[in-house]
Amino acid sequence: MRRTMLFLPGNTPNMLINGDVLGADSIILDLEDAVSPDEKDAARILVRNALKYQKAETCETIIRINPTESGFWMKDLDEVIPYKPHLIMPTKVDSAQVVQKVSAYIAEVEARHGMEVGKIGILPLIETALGVEQAFQIASADPRVVGLFLGGEDLTADLQCKRTKEGKEIFYSRSRIVCAARACGIEAYDTPFTDVEDSEGLVKDTKLAKSLGFSGKAVISPRHVETVNELFSPTQADIEYAHDVMDAIEEGKRQGKGVISLRGKMIDAPIVKRAQQVLEMELQMLGGVSIE
Amino acid sequence: MNKLRETLREAIVEAGVKDGMTISFHHHLRNGDYVLNMVLEEIAALGIHDLTVNASSIFDVHEPIIEHLKNKVVTGLEVNYMGGKVGRAITEGIMEKPVIFRSHGGRAGDMENGSSKVDVAFIAAPCADDMGNLSGKYGPSACGSMGYAFSDAMYADKVVAVTDHLEAYPLADVSIPEGYVDMVVCVDKIGEASRIVSGTTRITKDPVGLRIAYLAAQVVKHSGYLKDGFSFQTGAGGASLAVAKYVEEMMEKEHIQGSFCMGGITGYLVSMMKKGLFKTILDVQCFDMEAIESIRDNANHQEISATRYASPQAKSCAVDSLDVVILGATQVDLDFNVNVHTDSQGYIMGGSGGHCDTAAGSKLSIVVAPLIRARLPLIVDEVLCKSTPGETVDVIVTQRGIAVNPKRTELKELLVKAGLPVKEIKELKEIAEAITGVPQQVKPEGRVVAKVLYRDGVEIDTIKSVK
Repeated sequence: MRRTMLFLPGNTPNMLINGDVLGADSIILDLEDAVSPDEKDAARILVRNALKYQKAETCETIIRINPTESGFWMKDLDEVIPYKPHLIMPTKVDSAQVVQKVSAYIAEVEARHGMEVGKIGILPLIETALGVEQAFQIASADPRVVGLFLGGEDLTADLQCKRTKEGKEIFYSRSRIVCAARACGIEAYDTPFTDVEDSEGLVKDTKLAKSLGFSGKAVISPRHVETVNELFSPTQADIEYAHDVMDAIEEGKRQGKGVISLRGKMIDAPIVKRAQQVLEMELQMLGGVSIE
Repeated sequence: MNKLRETLREAIVEAGVKDGMTISFHHHLRNGDYVLNMVLEEIAALGIHDLTVNASSIFDVHEPIIEHLKNKVVTGLEVNYMGGKVGRAITEGIMEKPVIFRSHGGRAGDMENGSSKVDVAFIAAPCADDMGNLSGKYGPSACGSMGYAFSDAMYADKVVAVTDHLEAYPLADVSIPEGYVDMVVCVDKIGEASRIVSGTTRITKDPVGLRIAYLAAQVVKHSGYLKDGFSFQTGAGGASLAVAKYVEEMMEKEHIQGSFCMGGITGYLVSMMKKGLFKTILDVQCFDMEAIESIRDNANHQEISATRYASPQAKSCAVDSLDVVILGATQVDLDFNVNVHTDSQGYIMGGSGGHCDTAAGSKLSIVVAPLIRARLPLIVDEVLCKSTPGETVDVIVTQRGIAVNPKRTELKELLVKAGLPVKEIKELKEIAEAITGVPQQVKPEGRVVAKVLYRDGVEIDTIKSVK
């Protein structure tokens, strides 16, 4: 469950130490844009140490590394992989090859440290026009890929349009990302809403993302976590309905029924799948399941 | 009868201030106070020595007192709170006689029962008439409530009011009436308005502070005390205000009609009263302009004395009726004892104020603090100063979990049942130390530079000099 992914700059010790208690499902420790080139070394060491001390029982850790065309990305992986972050987020991903290149190097570092190869996942950040057009290939590039994450800021620069709060300019990209991810059976995550003070705008933007099929959304401020979590959580009614669905299935099995209906509507496979997802989220929200 | 005196010096001489006496001050003008420095300067110029200053609090603005300590003009100091600047000089051993620390309730109580005697009280009064009717609600140096000055006025042998805003007799809306006041002196300025109160007090934006506040509010919610008739005290700091914000949201959502709130009164609590969430504010001290306006204009916003607030000598006091209080800490130990007097190095930088009074009186005392501060864990084996005894502290809330005093088993069960991250206090200590390492023990071993009296006047701890 990644309703919220909270960005934390890799060079702010206080945030790194406390990142896991701010309520986000995942934290993204950023080695890329939040860190100026002359601070990359220091940030890498801080992030490595944060990983070392953080048990992250309730919170998933994602490391955003520098683009593969930069001179930094391999060093980033050298430092962090031994401390087993949950996911690596490669940046400016515009082809399947980029994902494969990163995956291969992760495997190399894993092997070097006697770690099980393939345990660490990849969440590619798609933030170029080419990346959007290649979304399906990227999603299916490697078994490590758990989802696609759309970055709206860099993307609009590449599209040569203005980034607006309404987000009409990235509507196509959002839909394309969701479709590509779902086609590969993985998740899709939306770009953050960047106006920290505009809580109304945040609600609108988050509702839009959810309506398009995204599983969650990145946030750049801890103050956005609660709202985004709430909007991406199943409602009490959703949870009750999901329980009813599962109860009806149980009951149907007991009675040997082939076709089961609830509240006058037939329960088919998609309804069951949705109910299972809701119950899984309920369990995670209650803290019952740790992230693998 | 003429109570008005031309100069401060005239009043000091006439009040009979002599070597060895005790003079007192209140701290409603906080870091904007000119009066304490002004009076001590005159006294020094008069060649008087060996005085004890009983000030309800000493702030950094009172730094000039250090010179008077060096020159033995002042040889005794009794306070409820002391800011870091003077605190450092005291901790380094500038005085021979130990400072006496009391609580807000304890100071009033000790004056009532005669164990703390004041010869001359100098009362900074933002507004006065020539017969000594005093108020804090008006004038250019308005401070709102004058709660801490009541006992000085009532129990000192002589009372000198110092004002910068004289009104024609009789002053309306009097806080301290003329019957207690011997002399009135009008000076140019008793204080710096911008330092007396803050323009507005703001809720913290620090995400960790907000997380702690959120958890503290959840503790309030699930403790069972948040219901109609609820009473609440919180400080004016950003994190305490954030607790108030979350509590406000819960009260609105659940249509809870509270009874009263107390504490350093801020615009935030005023707005909660205006919304009808609390019937009354009991105000011993205002912290911002909105609070001052409210105490002036709203009859439900009541000024109360330190005695009514927290005196253990009174037949009852408001803290005894308090449901929940939110408190701070510099250190907490495994027995839930709290230090608010010194920093982790042992330097004095605070004091109880109403900390131990409200912890003792309230039904639920919640200490909020970050688990790690400046690379040091909050929770230690033994606090450097026991300001508030652990028996009176119910819950410690940090960003990484909540510890409940083992005495409160029923409360612990409620919080666990609510799914809150309840942990043993030892566990919290270990979590912090896993990040910071186990810090080297700091234990000042010098001579005693301060005695800490509990609210009943009994010595609870001492503070030693840092070599």
